[in-house]
Order: sequence, then C-alpha cells, then structure tokens
Amino acid sequence: MDTAGVEEVGASVWEGGSPPYAIPSKKLGMWLFIVSDAITFAGLLIAYSYLRVASADWPKPFHFYPSIIVASVMTFCLLTSSITMVMAVAAAKQGKVSSTLKWLGWTMAGGFAFILLHANEWRGLIAEGLRPFTNPWGTPAGSTPLFGATFFALTGLHMTHVTIGVIMLGVLAAGHKSGRYPADYVEIGGLYWHFVDLVWMFIFPLVYLMSATVGH
Amino acid sequence: MSANHAHAEGGTRLYMTVWVSLLVMTAIEVFLAYMQLPTGPMLIILMGLSLIKAALIIAYFMHLRFERFSLFLTLVPMWIVVICLLFVFFPDSFRLHELRFPPVP
Repeated sequence: MDTAGVEEVGASVWEGGSPPYAIPSKKLGMWLFIVSDAITFAGLLIAYSYLRVASADWPKPFHFYPSIIVASVMTFCLLTSSITMVMAVAAAKQGKVSSTLKWLGWTMAGGFAFILLHANEWRGLIAEGLRPFTNPWGTPAGSTPLFGATFFALTGLHMTHVTIGVIMLGVLAAGHKSGRYPADYVEIGGLYWHFVDLVWMFIFPLVYLMSATVGH
Repeated sequence: MSANHAHAEGGTRLYMTVWVSLLVMTAIEVFLAYMQLPTGPMLIILMGLSLIKAALIIAYFMHLRFERFSLFLTLVPMWIVVICLLFVFFPDSFRLHELRFPPVP
C-alpha cells in the first residue's frame, strides 16, 4: 500500500494529523465516486425490477443461442480484462513499464471486444423492433412499453462506462509510458475498471439470464 | 496490515484463483438459465452468486481486503443502507400490477 508519503504527512497531529485511511486522496476520491456510481446503478436495476414486477408479460427476448451465449462471452471478456488489469497494477508497482503497458493493452482489448459485441447485440434488438417506449413483444399489447427504456438505460449507461474506461486506460498507458502517471494512478484507474466489471455481474443475471428462453 | 500487504503483492496465484472462481460461478449461472428454473429460486440463486462474485471482486481485485478496516466501514455500511432505502417503495410494484391488470373475477 502507498503509505510512504502518508507517514511523512502524519508525523504530528499539529502538521495536519494522520490520514485515517492511509491511502492517497485520489484513491479515496475514486472510492467515493465508485460508491455513488454504484448507487446510481442500483437505482436503475431496482427500477428495472420494479417495472418488471408491475408488468403482466415482461418480454424474454434473449434466446439461449445466440443471445445468452454472446452475453456470456461478453462477461468472459470483462472478467478476463479485470485479471489483466490486476496484472497491470502489479507490474506498475514493480516498476516494469513495458509489462504494465502490455497488460493495459490486453485490458483495453477486453473492453473493446465487450463494446463491439454489445453494440452488435443492440443493433440486432433494434432491428427486431425494440425502441425505448415500444417493443414487438408482450401480451396484452402495450403491457410492457418500458422494457426498452430500462434495457437501453441500464446497458447504455454501462456501455458508456466501459467506453470511458477504455479511453481512460489509453490515457493512463500513455501517461505511464511518459512517466507522468506513477503506479498509484494505474491502481486508481484499475479500481474504476473493476467497478465496471462488478456492475456487469448484476446486469448480466438480472437482465439477461432472468429473460432467457430455451428452444423455439 | 503488513502481513496482508505482502500477501497481496505476491498473490498472482490468489488472483488467478479468484478469476477462475468468478468464471465458474458465471458458468453455473448460465447453466441455471439453460435449465429454466422457476423465477423465485432462480432469482435467489442468481443474486446469491452475484453477491459472492461482487464481494470477491471488491475484496481482492479492488484490494479492499488489504486496506484499513476504517475504509471498509466508511464505504460499505452506508452503501447497504442506501440500497435498503431504495427498496422501500418496491412493494408498490405488486399493487401497481393489480391496478393495471385486475384479476378476472
């Protein structure tokens, strides 16, 4: 942990006291952002579940093959990009710049694959007729108009997070290469990336697996 | 904390174990979707597995287990309280369902 600088600061109460968490302020800032963002996603997931319970015939548009299989591959991409991010942080802590860049590159590749597969899935659903306030499924007709709204809002916000994450990793890699961003920055960027992965661990079962159909 | 710290630094095997267990739990979830369990048990099992996966990611990938306990106490309990508060109005969804689709007498 990064306590080297902290010890100096906390030498005396009269010099500002000792930091209660023993982490850099940027890291604490990222943690606080993550908690507030987690509440945002929780709110959206609860809204999704609320509307699902309040509807008579919530659509189950995800056929096991290909939709669920593709979503599983997307999950694999995100989980794997998390472990490569862990490797990048470990390499950065050991001062291995080229190794850090390699692992960051793999992490970005995982995120990029996720975005491509997800965008392709959106394209397919839109082609089937899914819109924010109407969809081709559901009986009685009009009983589930908000499926599209909740689906696009949830997965769209998550996809935005992944896109921002990939861009952030690129900036981080460039800054780390030039020496502008030390290992701490890679670790703090990693926190964000793991959080994006974490959110998907709830969207995947609640939105996809609970709406899976087998056969037909 | 220093012992934990050393454990975290040298923990490639630990991280790989976490990663593999996350993949295994995901595979179990996908298998359950294939089995088409009834909604109630399915939801409980999926959410249980997801909470375990989230805890693993937060504890190991995000390093929270190796931070000071005060950080955990600052972040997690208040987050849980807020989530519970969000659920306060959830039972209303059942009432809304009854209103929109009254049971046929």
